[in-house]
Amino acid sequence: MIPVDYYIILSAILFTIGVLGVLIRRNALIIFMSIELMLNAANLAIVAFGSVFESFSGQIFVFFVIAVAAAEVAVGLALIVEIFRSKRSIDVDQVSSLKG
Amino acid sequence: MHLSESVNTGFLFLAPWLVFFPVIGLLINTLFGHKFSERMIGAVASLASGAAFVVSVLLYVTVSGAHGEAMRWQLAEWMHIGTLSLDWTFRVDSLSTTMMLVVSGVGTLIHIYAIGYMHEDVRFKNDVGRFRRFFVFLNLFIAAMMVLITGDSYLMLFVGWEGVGLCSFLLVGFWYELDLLARPSWSNSFAAVKAFVANRVGDFGFLIATFIMFWAFGSLQFDKVFQQVPTVAPGVIIAITLFFLLGVTGKSAQVPLYVWLPDAMAGPTPVSALIHAATMVTAGVYLVARSAPLYSSVPEAQNIVALVGAVTALFAATIAAGQFDIKKVLAYSTISQLGFMVAAVGMGAYVAGIFHLVTHAFFKALLFLSAGSVILGMERGHHHAAHANHDNHGKGKKKDGKRKVESEHDAHHDTRAERSAEHEVEAFDPGDMRNMGGLRKTMPVTFWVYMAGMVALSGIPPFSGFWSKDEILLDASMHNQVVYWLLTIAAFFTAFYMGRQIWMVFFGEARHEAAARAEESPKVITVPLIILAALAVLGGALNLPFEGFHNLGHWLEATLGEVESLPLNLQVAGISTLLALLAILISWLMYARKPFAKDQTDPLASLGILFKGMNSKWWIDELYHLLFINPYIKISYFIAEVIDWRFWHDWFHEKVIMGTYNWISFTGLNEYADQKGIDAFANGLGTWTQSLAGTLRKVQNGFVRSYALSILLGVVLILGYLIFK
Repeated sequence: MIPVDYYIILSAILFTIGVLGVLIRRNALIIFMSIELMLNAANLAIVAFGSVFESFSGQIFVFFVIAVAAAEVAVGLALIVEIFRSKRSIDVDQVSSLKG
Repeated sequence: MHLSESVNTGFLFLAPWLVFFPVIGLLINTLFGHKFSERMIGAVASLASGAAFVVSVLLYVTVSGAHGEAMRWQLAEWMHIGTLSLDWTFRVDSLSTTMMLVVSGVGTLIHIYAIGYMHEDVRFKNDVGRFRRFFVFLNLFIAAMMVLITGDSYLMLFVGWEGVGLCSFLLVGFWYELDLLARPSWSNSFAAVKAFVANRVGDFGFLIATFIMFWAFGSLQFDKVFQQVPTVAPGVIIAITLFFLLGVTGKSAQVPLYVWLPDAMAGPTPVSALIHAATMVTAGVYLVARSAPLYSSVPEAQNIVALVGAVTALFAATIAAGQFDIKKVLAYSTISQLGFMVAAVGMGAYVAGIFHLVTHAFFKALLFLSAGSVILGMERGHHHAAHANHDNHGKGKKKDGKRKVESEHDAHHDTRAERSAEHEVEAFDPGDMRNMGGLRKTMPVTFWVYMAGMVALSGIPPFSGFWSKDEILLDASMHNQVVYWLLTIAAFFTAFYMGRQIWMVFFGEARHEAAARAEESPKVITVPLIILAALAVLGGALNLPFEGFHNLGHWLEATLGEVESLPLNLQVAGISTLLALLAILISWLMYARKPFAKDQTDPLASLGILFKGMNSKWWIDELYHLLFINPYIKISYFIAEVIDWRFWHDWFHEKVIMGTYNWISFTGLNEYADQKGIDAFANGLGTWTQSLAGTLRKVQNGFVRSYALSILLGVVLILGYLIFK
């Protein structure tokens, strides 16, 4: 039985990678993937805690998160496609017409 | 006084109708007159006045049934304040009955006369619409005069006193915007204002007297006041009577306030006859007679009243002798005769004063109305002459002749005449006696009635003026020699100026084309004249100074107390008659033996400065201008220009009030409060928001990662706080 700490540490590492990916990368798809990475890091932590506390709530909650993430992917990819169509690029730094 | 139940009050209940009938008349004419013909308007007004006369006769019957005892009829409560209670009560006694008979009787005759007079007058003056207004005012005057003489208290008397003053003002200024004698167009309204202002001075005296009376007697009701006379200090009564005298000098045109009456001749002639000869101006005499118990208790005041009257009588008579206007002569004659009356009542000869009031009402109304007839005749003649000239336009000779005549009379074109007349009309004074002459032949009826008035006024026995004037002279000879001689000389002048007028107007040759073509007046004018002439001739029968007569004296005794009934004194009567005849003889020598010729100077002019004084009214108007009017104008100018305009307007309003206000609004509120306070706050808020926004906009740098970083930091902070709190 692998201790729960490992899962948490893995989850933290994955989340950190996701955060850094969002903050550092300019490619919208990469950022998108980084967001997915953070969501899944959270899922992992939730499931891990769920097994520790011997509760199904964690797993049920993760299903919801996955469902929402799927919806988010659908909306997000549509947005990216539209951005690409107008800007011919998916560099998020280009999308700055509302800057102050 | 003692209205016991046994006294039969008879027709007393009719007393208020003395006032109501004329008021009804004037209301009918005011409301429906525009639909009436002139005849109808005149009939309504005359009937209203005539109805008042009938009421007066019925009241006379009632009062004589009660032996002259005073009767009172309360119509309405007026005011009850503390101990003061004043009602509108009609007082019917022998004195007020005498007055109301004269007022309504003579008044009705003048109403009828005025129908004919105004018919022509409004046409000569091109304003037919004013016919109705004249009769409305005339009825209003009768109503006010009735209030005056039937009032049971000094306040009610004052109401009527002011009412007749108002009517006088309205009627003197009847042609207020019109003057055909080449004077300024406001001359008539100026005369009206002069009459009103002079009367205000007198009314001030009346009011002060009334105030003192209320203070001293606690009442204004006649009987209550008279009962208390013995208990009040004589000094107070002297003050009251002398202030009343001021009122009398105003209303009855005595020295020094008489100056308004000659100017009041600007009114139409029936007005001069009714208001300024027969009735209103006698109100002062009535007031003194009514206040007999007051005056009789203070001989000092009586002497002053008598002297004022006597001085006025002589003074005005001298002026009358130097006038050329037919109505001005009569106006000064009226002042002079009023002086006789005031002197009489001042000496306590109340009956003589009232007697002269009555006879004077007859013959002076007659003289004025006849003078009006003469003026109308002259205007008709002038009208014909103008037409004749118009027709003979090509005949240069006649036209030249006319122009020469006209040019002697300072002829000026009058704008109104120019505007209205189809032919050339030049300023022509139909009242100037120098234009007349020879009217005896063209206006015979007017001539004969004028003669009747003239002999009555001159005091030739047995005409009415002789009896009444002689009674006054007789009283004066017994009471006060100064007054007696003043009045006797005045009587001499009276006969002289009347003779002068008769010779100038009716005898000799016509001195103007208008006089040559003059025409007799219609019956509506001459019939009232004939009735008045009969009264003027026979009026003396009211109070003949013989045993068994003295009718008026006995009649008035009930009101005025015991009256001495003097027999005829041959010496006094002889002197006055001789002087009158002498005066007429002198006037005949001067004006008729060699007829007064065209543009001849007056024979009196040989008196030099004396005649100048008589002709210029002894420069009293100029003196008053110098003493009162000019300083008044200067003070008014000072108050208007310096006090009101420069001080109040320029300095106080503009500088102080407006300046302060402007300073507060411009500097205080606008600059400091509004601009530097509210505006600055609002603007500062805006500027600050702007600069803040300018600072903050840099955060919106458009880089997704920096937003994400801030979200991250925010989350970290919040979580850190939640964990480590």
